Amino acid sequence: MNPAWSVILLTTLIGLGQGLLLAMFGVEVASRLALTGAPAAVFYLAGSALSVLCLGGGLLASFFHLGHPERAWRAAAMWRTSWLSREVIVLPAFIAAVTAYGAAHFYGWSCSLWIGATAALLAIALFICTAMIYICLKFLQEWHTPLTLVNFILLGCASGLLAAAVLAGFVWPLLMPALALVAGIVTAAAAVTRGMTLARNALLRPASTLQSAIGISDPKIAQKAQGAMGGSFNTREFFHRRTLQFVRSAKWFFLTAAFALPLLLIALSLTAAPPRLLTLAFAVQFAGLLAERWFFFAQARHPQNLYYQVIS
Amino acid sequence: MKQLALVIDLNVCVGCHACATSCKEWNTGGAAGPLTDQNPYGKDPSGTFFNRVQTYEVGEFPATETVHFPKSCLHCEDPPCVPVCPTGASYKRAEDGIVLVDYDKCIGCKYCAWACPYGAREIDEQQQVMKKCTLCVDRIYDTALPESERKPACVIACPTSARLFGDVHDPASDVSKAIAEHGGYALMPEWGTRPANQYLPKQPKQSVAAATVARGMDPRTIDGAMKP
Amino acid sequence: MNAATIPVTASRALQQAVAGAVEVKNTTCYMCACRCGIRVTVRDGEVRYIDGNPAHPLNKGVICAKGASGIMKQNSPARLTRPLRRKAGAERGAGEFEAISWEEALSTIEQRLAKLRATDPKKFALFTGRDQMQALTGLFARQFGTPNYAAHGGFCSVNMAAGMIYTIGGSFWEFGGPDLDRAKLFVMLGTAEDHHSNPLKIAISKFKRDGGRFVSINPVRTGYSSVADEWVPIKPGTDGALLMALCHEIVREGLYDREFLARYTNAGYLVNLDTASNEFGLMACEAEDAVNNPFRRHSQLWWDRHSNRVVVNHTEGADPALTGEYRLADGTPVKPAFELLRERLRESTPEWAAAITGISAATIRRLAQEIGAVARDHKITLPIAWTDSWGRKHDSVTGNPVAFHAMRGLAAHSNGFQTVRALSILMSLLGTIDRPGGFRHKAPFPRSTPPVYARNPNKAEAVRPDMPLDGAALGFPARPDDLFVNADGSPVRIDKAFSWDYPLAIHGMMHNVITNAWRGDPYPIDTLMLFMANMAWNSTMNTSEVRRMLNDKNADGEYKIPFLIVCDAFESETTAFADLILPDTTYLERYDTMSMLDRPISEFDGPCDSVRVPVVAPKGECRPFQEVIVELASRLKFPAFTKPDGTRKFADYKDFIVNFETEPGSGQGFLIGWRGKDGSKVLVGEPNPDQWEMYAKNNCVFHYQMPPEHHWMRNWNQGYHEWAAKMKLRKFPDPVVIQIYCEVLQKFRLAAEGRGPDTRRPPESARARLLKYFDPLPFYYAPLEAQASDLMRYPLNAVTQRPMAMYHSWDSQNAWLRQIHTHNYLFVNPRTAEAQGIADGGWMWVESMHGRVRCLCRYSEAVEPGTVWTWNAIGKSKGAWGLSGDANESQRGFLLNHLIAEELPPVYGVRYSNSDPITGQAGWYDVRVNIRAADAAEPALSMPQFGAAARIAGVAK
Repeated sequence: MNPAWSVILLTTLIGLGQGLLLAMFGVEVASRLALTGAPAAVFYLAGSALSVLCLGGGLLASFFHLGHPERAWRAAAMWRTSWLSREVIVLPAFIAAVTAYGAAHFYGWSCSLWIGATAALLAIALFICTAMIYICLKFLQEWHTPLTLVNFILLGCASGLLAAAVLAGFVWPLLMPALALVAGIVTAAAAVTRGMTLARNALLRPASTLQSAIGISDPKIAQKAQGAMGGSFNTREFFHRRTLQFVRSAKWFFLTAAFALPLLLIALSLTAAPPRLLTLAFAVQFAGLLAERWFFFAQARHPQNLYYQVIS
Repeated sequence: MKQLALVIDLNVCVGCHACATSCKEWNTGGAAGPLTDQNPYGKDPSGTFFNRVQTYEVGEFPATETVHFPKSCLHCEDPPCVPVCPTGASYKRAEDGIVLVDYDKCIGCKYCAWACPYGAREIDEQQQVMKKCTLCVDRIYDTALPESERKPACVIACPTSARLFGDVHDPASDVSKAIAEHGGYALMPEWGTRPANQYLPKQPKQSVAAATVARGMDPRTIDGAMKP
Repeated sequence: MNAATIPVTASRALQQAVAGAVEVKNTTCYMCACRCGIRVTVRDGEVRYIDGNPAHPLNKGVICAKGASGIMKQNSPARLTRPLRRKAGAERGAGEFEAISWEEALSTIEQRLAKLRATDPKKFALFTGRDQMQALTGLFARQFGTPNYAAHGGFCSVNMAAGMIYTIGGSFWEFGGPDLDRAKLFVMLGTAEDHHSNPLKIAISKFKRDGGRFVSINPVRTGYSSVADEWVPIKPGTDGALLMALCHEIVREGLYDREFLARYTNAGYLVNLDTASNEFGLMACEAEDAVNNPFRRHSQLWWDRHSNRVVVNHTEGADPALTGEYRLADGTPVKPAFELLRERLRESTPEWAAAITGISAATIRRLAQEIGAVARDHKITLPIAWTDSWGRKHDSVTGNPVAFHAMRGLAAHSNGFQTVRALSILMSLLGTIDRPGGFRHKAPFPRSTPPVYARNPNKAEAVRPDMPLDGAALGFPARPDDLFVNADGSPVRIDKAFSWDYPLAIHGMMHNVITNAWRGDPYPIDTLMLFMANMAWNSTMNTSEVRRMLNDKNADGEYKIPFLIVCDAFESETTAFADLILPDTTYLERYDTMSMLDRPISEFDGPCDSVRVPVVAPKGECRPFQEVIVELASRLKFPAFTKPDGTRKFADYKDFIVNFETEPGSGQGFLIGWRGKDGSKVLVGEPNPDQWEMYAKNNCVFHYQMPPEHHWMRNWNQGYHEWAAKMKLRKFPDPVVIQIYCEVLQKFRLAAEGRGPDTRRPPESARARLLKYFDPLPFYYAPLEAQASDLMRYPLNAVTQRPMAMYHSWDSQNAWLRQIHTHNYLFVNPRTAEAQGIADGGWMWVESMHGRVRCLCRYSEAVEPGTVWTWNAIGKSKGAWGLSGDANESQRGFLLNHLIAEELPPVYGVRYSNSDPITGQAGWYDVRVNIRAADAAEPALSMPQFGAAARIAGVAK
């Protein structure tokens, strides 16, 4: 696939927003259970604001993916069958819930935990919707695995936790190490599942072949012409047209930036505790996640590409 | 229930592209149109087509087959492009099984194209809505047309009549008979999309049995044999 | 009005926009040379939709990729819309033109041509390309008085036309074709696409579905070959060897149709073998007793094997011996022609051919046996009674169902004439001429072998100031005395057609016109008028040099070709070199005829012609070339265009077509339908003032269906001949006997030997070629270019073909078609490419002894390893055809023509055209090349490149 920046930004930003909400909700539950002290409302307020900002940014980015953004409202129609439609419904609901969550803390509503729980459920639902958009395309074998969901959740949570830790560093430093530690654990877990996904995908054998694509069983088939020479939607949308070298570099970049460096920086921050290190970890990781998402799309081999290999 | 479809006979397709441009011509002027072009007179010209003829070489010299392979929307019985559409713009008609796009509802998210393993959908880069073969739904029911012309433009154009059109659910139809008699097959059966369009394979006719030389009237009985 | 073809429109807004006058008009397509019937939906004067006309006999409603893209031709940015004159002082090719009025353009031409006509008519040359009105352009040239006229046949397929017409009296495409309705085996040689494009596609599909077997013999497997049941790869230019070997096997195995050969060919005619005789190698005859054709002898002799004596051919009760040697009463040694053929074929074994063609001897044997057995064992009998030319009544027509088809793959080689002769003879040995399941003629063919009464002039005096040419510029020479040469034997024509160097150049030699005129050999000319021919690009050999010649000047600063008039609908590479550009209309904007006098669209079962009528108004100031021709002919007061009182005879083209008669009162004109005052007559009849309207009302086509007894055996069908002579399709009702042995060729040989019945003798320099190539029996020789090439250095054959979506089209600027073929690759067998380290998709160089080209490589398993090929005429010169400067056509596309010379390397200073020594057919496919990888540091750009053509004024936006 040809990665679209609109979709890369959408999925990474809302993942961050979802992770942040889940982090805040986790902190609130922990504090209610007296596992930690109760943070000041500004933590939730700033966190919710940041989450809404990310979610809104993601939503905004998604509009750039549409040919007719003015008709975007129509996308809610097919929630019975379309995960995309479901995402379109859940995302605004989730934004509303996060907004309410911030408001609850601002106004000191007692029901904040319940609002938080609702938002957390919506966050999970949103992870499922987003991931299922990709998982449900069974012939995109690189995506068609529960690992896609696990990765979306863990990567979103890792970035959200790290953001929460950075935030805590400014407004409630006591909580920062714990959040950083959890962020580190989740990042490590994400590294494991993302690594598993890479290993899985490396072993994938495409179920579709040129033989099944044109229904001829001969072992030697070569395309000579695809019916158009100046390119078509099929060549623009489904081919990233980058070199193998570039794709490989993107992989090593995201493995380093999304996992290795943040883990190192988190570990350093736990010993030396300068919040700036965590800010750096967050920034590096988010860059890594953008690369991860680029790679996620680029790696997916669409079976339609079998029909668009050669011109002459 | 009716399922209209095309059956493409690879045994006679010579790869002339008549189906591709006659499709473009009808549909750019019809309900699906205009099908816009980009850089029509410049570098890398490109445009929206519903139907393209591709070429493949099978085997190794000298046992090479050149296969011309027209490809358009297969109007799957279980079309993966339809349920994924968030707006309902992409739909399959109950009455005849044609998969269509309602351009007024399409938001141009391209998700349906992602969901099609065959690459049958093309976005119109100018209008920014997803387009695809309509089986010329705007002509096959047009009673103003003589009965013989109520067929997709590509079918009418095809000089080798390599494109058959009809109801594949009706076992008595020409298309069903052709599929049954000539081993019609679906593309990428591994995905369970059950394409309504099918292809008839190449079936080279083998050399007639070598002549039994000097059977029947042999002119050499009059003319004598050629000197060695 | 037929609302049926109005496409439903999209939105409400669009639907409102439709509220205009919509109508559907029938006319004839001209996106290629096929000429299908089309229906054009027009709204408010704008073409909205074009589809095939189901009522048309040619295409029966189907349409091809080009036809369905005709709408984009109308919208081309390269449309010329105003007459243009090269600005004073501007260089040719610089693209600096000024728009002028038609009156100015026409009077410029009129004055120039009037002067030339009054002084030396030869100084004006008219050559046309995709001309479908050669009867008119030819008439114009003849009336002008210039011998220098031809269309593009000389560089297209004249070998096919000549080789077959001189042998069987007809040829493929519009003059005949395979009877695939009844054939059981179809063998196609070297045909990518075809002139008869849609009908052949329809027929092949039906043939295959009916269970026929299709064998394709071709170096490349594309197009029709892709649906062949068997592909037999062959080295280009070697088909002659294969055909000779097939004939060898057919004869050796006794698979020939003896009865057919004996009665319908000259196989049993006795050939004079008295080496001392003036008539050596000619048919022995009883007396000079022309039966009903004063041009042709009919008393050739048979050796009757029943009575063991000499008889006049077709003596009732006699049966000719086909083999053996005999003596006439006067002691002259003779052999039947078939005996000579059999002797010739003796050495043409499959093993011999295998070494030349690359096809194994076993395959050749198998093919021969299959062909022969199907012909012999699957006889078709139709219960149709007919009478042959010698009065014998037959109660049925029989056929041997093996059909052949071939076109440029055989023709475009310098050995093509003899190759096509071999094919015609193979078809005749099998007994498949104008019989069910074999080859069928189309009116006005069959004609005599050759039609000697269609004669070109044969002496310098035929060209006279202010007088029409004494004869048509193109004809069918039957002997040395028919050559169009000066008293000293030098050519009269600028292209040297009908000279001793190219005696049977029946379509002229357009490919040599510019070079000859530039060099002044045989003489310089003043004005060259080109119509619809891209002679500065893909229609010329040696493109780079020819472009230079067009710009070359004499010492006095005058261009070597002083005045170049180009008439075309589009801005092409050639218009850039013009001094005067005349903007032609498209096919949808004019009247036109597919005339029986020219190249009609006849069907097997009867003559058929058609017309175009305008469906939209001409764009800008465009004017149909037909109108220009009629206008100029009238202004120049050509006799055929002028009344006795000196006033103009025809108002316009439409009027000309209706009222022109080949001779006053002949009743024969351009169109055969709805003749007679009230339109009740066919083929022959007085002019009908409403003829155009009647065509327009009837799908623009007239199809006369003959009775079944005239459908077959028309070479020898008495009833058909009598009818055809009455209808002026033939001049004489004599039989068209198949020329297994070609006496015409032998006459040239005799002249070269300084003897023979003709008075003319060739110059010394021409003798060797005549002796070698004018063999009355077919033989194989390596193409001349290969003979002159260092085959170690240039080991590969390079050929081109046009893709189906652009075959015979004129439309690289077509917005839809150019998306399919945007640039071209050189197709190379992977083994051949890998041996040179050339990557699939990589840049490479192709080099011949004449030049080199940088292009892109595409591996292909569908090409014989000794051959490379590409789609022709995709590559364009930068900026031409209304395309942007960075368009793929010029940046990644290429033209193989740069590697192909119009002349062979001079030997001892003697130059010959790179053409067939018999017909002058351009040897396009003879070029030999080598290939190598381009250096990685080289730019990704095809070579050679030319400066961008400036967009010229007066061109449509």
